[in-house]
Amino acid sequence: MTDAWKKNGMNSRRRFLIAATSVAGGVACVAWATPFVMSMMPSERAKAAGAPVEVDISKLEPGMLLTVEWRGKVVWILKRTPEMLANLAKLDPLLADPKSEKEDQQPKYAQNPTRSIKPEILITEGVCTHLGCSPIFRKDIAPADLGPDWLGGFFCPCHGSKFDLAGRVYQNLPAPTNLIVPPHTYLSDSLLLIGADSKETA
Amino acid sequence: MGKLMDWIDARLPVTAKWKLHLSEYYAPKNFNFWYYFGSLAMLVLVNQLLTGIFLTMNYKPDSSLAFASVEYIMRDVEFGWLIRYMHSTGASMFFVVVYLHMFRGMMYGSYRKPRELLWLIGMLIFFVLMMLAFTGYILPWGQMSFWGAQVILSMVGAIPVIGEPLKDLIMGDYMLSDAALNRFFAYHVVTLPILLLTLVVVHVLALHEVGSNNPDGIEIKKNKDPKTGIPVDGIPFHPYYSVKDIVGVVGFLIVFFGIIFFAPEMGGYFLEYNNFVPANSLQTPDHIAPVWYFTPYYSMLRAATVNFLWIDAKLWGIILMGGSVAIFCLLPWLDRSPVKSIRYKGPYFKTALTLFVISVFVLGWLGTKTPTPLYTTLAQIFTVVYFAFFLLMPWYSKIDKTKPEPTRVSE
Repeated sequence: MTDAWKKNGMNSRRRFLIAATSVAGGVACVAWATPFVMSMMPSERAKAAGAPVEVDISKLEPGMLLTVEWRGKVVWILKRTPEMLANLAKLDPLLADPKSEKEDQQPKYAQNPTRSIKPEILITEGVCTHLGCSPIFRKDIAPADLGPDWLGGFFCPCHGSKFDLAGRVYQNLPAPTNLIVPPHTYLSDSLLLIGADSKETA
Repeated sequence: MGKLMDWIDARLPVTAKWKLHLSEYYAPKNFNFWYYFGSLAMLVLVNQLLTGIFLTMNYKPDSSLAFASVEYIMRDVEFGWLIRYMHSTGASMFFVVVYLHMFRGMMYGSYRKPRELLWLIGMLIFFVLMMLAFTGYILPWGQMSFWGAQVILSMVGAIPVIGEPLKDLIMGDYMLSDAALNRFFAYHVVTLPILLLTLVVVHVLALHEVGSNNPDGIEIKKNKDPKTGIPVDGIPFHPYYSVKDIVGVVGFLIVFFGIIFFAPEMGGYFLEYNNFVPANSLQTPDHIAPVWYFTPYYSMLRAATVNFLWIDAKLWGIILMGGSVAIFCLLPWLDRSPVKSIRYKGPYFKTALTLFVISVFVLGWLGTKTPTPLYTTLAQIFTVVYFAFFLLMPWYSKIDKTKPEPTRVSE
């Protein structure tokens, strides 16, 4: 308190007026800041973007990876060979969530051993669940840099996380969860819609 | 001239402030080589402001134009290459001089009482500098700009509860896009430089209030000439140290322009090769690493690989990375030694400081490499060493065998 107040004393009326003015000033500050903060949120244009994308997979060969973009994110479509599918179960002891028990990482219809609707077609976001890099598709078996246990999968170059060919994460690496399977549906046998659970919700 | 100064001084205390901060600011007479880096940091700051202004005249903060506009500066603008290399090399040199400036403080105990607040203001400057480096690195919109930003912003997203909305607020979109580039440009050229300049002024004002420390770590103000009140071990900053600092400036500029003319990319450490490829949101480069000055923290980020307590490895990595920078703020209260300077400290402190420097270099080197199981184990070991330097300090600094401090600074 200033010297003037010490001398004249601080009566309750003055104290009340100071408190009231401070509260009103605080409210004014919040009101004043609101438009500035709101202007930093994603704009209406950004909100409007992000419609589902259609992908024709009729030309996808077994073992081939197709990369498409949906909402600015990498989405992979991998047609797995029978050997690749047979290898999936062998990896279970090395993985953090082999049975895809974490709910948010995939829609209900992909919560199965192959994490897909059709066993051979894997659809997953190519975005590492650690810090958002896009892992590299490494289908070679037991390469020198990834060790003799490697049966093909995705390796993140940023921080060394590893995922198998169903997008399931290996234990004790920085990434905490499996790769996210985005909502998707088949419009026909070879026409895929990414970003919607069914034709109706699209 | 005298009359003019009188007229001004009656209206604005120019002469008084000149005396207070320069010609009658008494600094200890035993400053050595390590005392160049404060004034050199100021020189680099001026270089960054000046070259930065000229870069904005040709740069375009638009995700479809940014990369080409930087190449335009490099190829078609008269001397554009020089101005841009002065700015990019200046960024790295800023960290070189600031790291040496901080190390000086750690050696001579410049963070100790009564300079705790001075040290904290310095740490704030360091945080702002890191934000400037981060936002500046995004502007060319090359592959490293994009993926570096992707990683850092994902860290914001990993903060519990508020992370995701905060990330959208920072990026202005649900993905890293033009909106983010445009606003990071605003931060880099307006918000952060104003903040930095203000903090530098506050840092110098705080320094001049408590006075400079020195290699002996003793207070020259304790021993004043009874007649004049001037510390007997003090000499006026101007002309003694202003002239000394000019020598430092000349030496620095030789190195600085040597780098600009002969190795502006510094073998990929100052400007990374992948950043000469335009940003591609669908493909992460095979090898990504931050610029050299962030690599020690980056190593600690990826050293966390196991879930511990109720926190998962990802969040631990972020806590370690943030903690490794923030922990410097605690130094004034962690050091319990009866003496300030390393000259009078004992073998424990000297060993600890040496191990700390080694761990910073090893972590920095590891941060430039692709992770392998061996490298990850090494990073974990040196992360422990790094934190042990700070967290065990209250103990080893107290029981250390110190030498008595002299009453006068050494010649």
